[in-house]
Amino acid sequence: MTDTLPGAAIPNPLDEAAITAAVEEAVAAIAAASSLEELKAVRLAHTGEKSPLSLANREIGGLPKEQKAAAGKLMGSSRGRVNQALAARTAVLEAENDARILVEETVDVTAAPRRRRAGARHPLSTLQDRVADIFVGMGWEIAEGPEVESEWFNFDALNFKPDHPAREMQDTFFVEPPEAHLLMRTHTSPVQVRSMLEREVPIYVLCPGKVFRTDELDATHTPVFHQFEGLAIDKKLSMADLRGTLEHFARQMFGDEAQIRLRPNYFPFTEPSAELDIWHPGAKGGPRWIEWGGCGMVNPNVLRAAGIDPDEYSGFAFGMGIERTLMFRNEVGDMRDMIEGDVRFSEHFGMEI
Amino acid sequence: MRIPLSWLREFAQVPADATAEDVMAELVKVGFEEEAVHRPTDELKGPIVVGQVLSLVKEPQSNGKTINWCQVRVVPEGQEQTLTGKGIDPSGVQGIICGAHNFVEGDKVVVTLPGAVLPGDFHISARKTYGHLSAGMIASVRELGIGEDHDGILVLSRIGLDPEIGTDAMSLLGLYDEAAEINVTPDRGYAFSIRGVAREYAHATGTVFTDPAAKVNAPVALSGGYGVKLNDDAPIYGKPGCDRFVARTVRGVDATRPTPLWMVSRLRLAGIRSISLPVDISNYVMLELGQPNHCYDLDKLSGDIVVRRAVAGEKITTLDDKVRALDVEDLLITDDSGAIGIAGVMGGANTEVSDSTTNILVEAAHFDEVSIGRSRRRHKLPSEASKRFERGVDWQVANVAAQRVVDLLVELAGGTADEAGTDVGTAPDAVTIELPANYAASRIGIDFTEEQITGSLKDLGAIVLKGGVSGSYVVTAPSWRNDLETKEDLSEEIARLVGYDNIPATLPVAPPGRGLTRTQQQKRRVVQALADAGLTEVLSYPFVSKAANDTFGVAEEGAARTALKLANPISEEHGYLRTSVLPGLIEVARRNHSRGFRDLALFEAGSVFLPDGQLGTASIPPLGVKPSAEVLDGLYDGVPDQPLHIAAVLTGHDSPAAAAHTPRAWDWADALDVARLVGDVLGVELVVSQGSHQAFHPGRAAQLALRSGDIVGYAGELHPKLLAAHDMPARSVALELNADALFDAAADVIVAKHISGFPVATQDVALVVPQDVPADAVLAALREGAGELLEDVALFDVYAGQGIEDGKKSLAFGLRFRATDRTLTADEASEAREAAVAVAAERFGAVQR
Repeated sequence: MTDTLPGAAIPNPLDEAAITAAVEEAVAAIAAASSLEELKAVRLAHTGEKSPLSLANREIGGLPKEQKAAAGKLMGSSRGRVNQALAARTAVLEAENDARILVEETVDVTAAPRRRRAGARHPLSTLQDRVADIFVGMGWEIAEGPEVESEWFNFDALNFKPDHPAREMQDTFFVEPPEAHLLMRTHTSPVQVRSMLEREVPIYVLCPGKVFRTDELDATHTPVFHQFEGLAIDKKLSMADLRGTLEHFARQMFGDEAQIRLRPNYFPFTEPSAELDIWHPGAKGGPRWIEWGGCGMVNPNVLRAAGIDPDEYSGFAFGMGIERTLMFRNEVGDMRDMIEGDVRFSEHFGMEI
Repeated sequence: MRIPLSWLREFAQVPADATAEDVMAELVKVGFEEEAVHRPTDELKGPIVVGQVLSLVKEPQSNGKTINWCQVRVVPEGQEQTLTGKGIDPSGVQGIICGAHNFVEGDKVVVTLPGAVLPGDFHISARKTYGHLSAGMIASVRELGIGEDHDGILVLSRIGLDPEIGTDAMSLLGLYDEAAEINVTPDRGYAFSIRGVAREYAHATGTVFTDPAAKVNAPVALSGGYGVKLNDDAPIYGKPGCDRFVARTVRGVDATRPTPLWMVSRLRLAGIRSISLPVDISNYVMLELGQPNHCYDLDKLSGDIVVRRAVAGEKITTLDDKVRALDVEDLLITDDSGAIGIAGVMGGANTEVSDSTTNILVEAAHFDEVSIGRSRRRHKLPSEASKRFERGVDWQVANVAAQRVVDLLVELAGGTADEAGTDVGTAPDAVTIELPANYAASRIGIDFTEEQITGSLKDLGAIVLKGGVSGSYVVTAPSWRNDLETKEDLSEEIARLVGYDNIPATLPVAPPGRGLTRTQQQKRRVVQALADAGLTEVLSYPFVSKAANDTFGVAEEGAARTALKLANPISEEHGYLRTSVLPGLIEVARRNHSRGFRDLALFEAGSVFLPDGQLGTASIPPLGVKPSAEVLDGLYDGVPDQPLHIAAVLTGHDSPAAAAHTPRAWDWADALDVARLVGDVLGVELVVSQGSHQAFHPGRAAQLALRSGDIVGYAGELHPKLLAAHDMPARSVALELNADALFDAAADVIVAKHISGFPVATQDVALVVPQDVPADAVLAALREGAGELLEDVALFDVYAGQGIEDGKKSLAFGLRFRATDRTLTADEASEAREAAVAVAAERFGAVQR
């Protein structure tokens, strides 16, 4: 059976020179293959059934018995060399191929679509949480109460005399019918009264929440806004304790450099009463004091309304506007931005303030 | 309260170079907030001088008007013009065109020379007009910003003045004076006077205060004057409406005399318009001493004055020429003709002083704060008088103020005061307060010295005695300080005068707290989770229309909720309190659409207002006393239920369109997903069923309930008609949940589940059921029937159409079985599956495909 390639001589498996030449030729072809496809052709040509080395190998069977071992050894090592060269070249070309595919898969990462919607908290609600956390850290508790409230909790219990001008200055929304004495709370102070009625002294609570006044919405007014009020009732509390608490709070909110100032003022539910100013070094138009809220020592009549003996206990209270705080802290120029719900406003803040 | 500095200087030592700002900076230290500065020179600049009209040539114009071509001398004859500048004639005589005709040659007038600036940023310059070079302007009071009169120019001789030519008219007219406007808190009625503010200025600066009341030489006693009776038969809270009435008579006044410029100027700076000499004097004394007073035309009075409550049906025409129906609680000043004034609020028209008045009866009375306040509110008549009476006027100053008015009428209006006068009434008891020696120190936190305590209180005008054994102070409050009643009030005054800046800072330590309550944490987690899931938090107003409540607020039985109505809403259209958060959210969504944002996911957590049962209380308990338990319960019960709701609205697409990304349109299932997210965050299972809610698509609304069956909300696609009516994108979806109900339903403790490591056996089953059988119900049946080997079951396909009988659908479920103690055999799993199918078959006629 002589199915050799025409013209090609089948090397003698004992002819070391011819076999080596075939091996050299195969190794050279393997090294010259520049792609896996070329290598495949080379492999077929040099290790395939009709390659010189395969054909020479096949000749071993026809050799005399005593020559078989030498021929087998020669052919084995020769084919081994070729296979080794093939494996090495395959590894190199495969690595090159892998690398090329990765390069070809390159995308423009800057053109990535945003598939997930970015949500946002309303900064007033984020700020409210932040304020609450500072007080919770001081061991205070957070108290809440209803927004539609009994007139007694909103006014009388807080020592607003029925005919005093201070009562009218609160610009109250009343709920029909008037005989029911219900209103939209004008401050979160009714929660203080509820806290005093429902808790045991000593009391240290912060009452954040929505409040209502009959102001039309404009750049600096809104009929619905947010406050946080603090109340501490304990033995021997003085205005110095009030100042210390506010100072600590201001520094937590605005940094260690924060300064506060108290100015005399009037509120029916505190005596003495003070206006609280905060030093704002970064204010537009230069550093200045900014009115932040009101505070004072709880009026004995307020304690009495809650059944707490003013001779045994004293207390202080303070209240600030969250909108106002956000306005000067974060430079919000127009109240309407906080109210209208334009998604750009909340989304600009994201989850933080 | 506006304080002209020149006036303040009469009674307190204000530095000569102090500005209104400087004065306000002092007053704010003692509790009077700065409001504004009123400074004429901010708008008005010279040269503005007195000139004399030398000649006046009337020149008719083609437009029918006649103008005056005037030569006005602005420098005394023989003197040199020292002013220089464009348009100023060195001769001292200016040629000026003037359109007014109320003056003649020889009159002295106010000339605004070129270079002057008038209010409204009106610059005066020499300009060609009507064929002349007009170098300046002859000014009217309105042009100078000092009055309303624009009928002609200001002729100085007509207001009784003959100043030298060339005099600085701004000085003459008091225009270099300025006023500081401060806010007076409602407890400090005494500070609605120069007297009160000067005293406060002295407190703030430590300088000397001269009491204007002490400068008036008032008689100790009055008798024989006009008859006055105090007949209050219905005092409010037991306090008589009028407890002092001083009446004085001045005869032969000339009411037409001009008010002196210094007085006009101070009144103007204080914000009060000049009316006539007697009225101006009355106002001037009110501002100076804080005592509102009134001038009657004596000849229009008939019979004794009686101060009494109105009778039913009584009417009065007040000074503003309005007829007012009186209430029986109104306190009136009356004579034989009937009501001649609503006490402390406004006088009557029929006894008003006029130009022809020659004899004046001056009233200075003391009225009850509450009574005046109620009349003022009832008649909506806030006046300078009522403002002071409501807050409290010094009982002692009435006689002094009356004398001051009399003195000024005599001096300025040429009258003669009657020797006789009237002073009836009873002084209230002086308020005496016991102040324990160390009380102020313990309340304020400053270790006050005795000198600080007594010194401060005496500075206020109080009488301070060192009391009994305990060493306490016995303090008699001054008559003008009706706000001082308790030892706390005195503590504030001591702290205020010593200075709040001296209060040290100590930080009290609260007892160990419990942190945020579970509900507070739940709320935070839900809000944060929604934001994390890509929704944007907004805060809308709770004011809605009745229609919005009817659409969105659903009571449990499916009918619209009753809602709370505001008595005084900002707009009648939004006159109700919300029973659902959705109307506000939809409004916000719409606003965003109109601004070009159509892909939205908005949410809000807010209270809704659900009245049921008792609404408020018919009466409210008094202040300063703890109400009984029963009364308190009533107050609590009367406050309507206001649960926290969480609602969301999704419109448009789930994400922005982008290269290589096709956004998905939100659909009804997204609304359910958001609702489920809330449930998941709280660990509360929401039971979904086909819902019916007028705001939602009738076929695409899910009712959400707790396991207990309590309905807690709705989710789904909004009704197409509603969306169209609100100009919202089609297919917008929404949900609303009663968050409080969910918070309550959350388990306190979650019991751990055993995790089995044995292999899972999965089985799929397709069931054909009638179209109207909810998938969730079939799933529940499978779960029930499969027993405890079932680990999970999920719907993975819904199919109707070819191969399925009309009116039916095929539901494909994947079931996962697992045992806790062994590897399940295929038979065991199949057996469990068959058991599951059997329940579905029994319940819904389900047939396996």
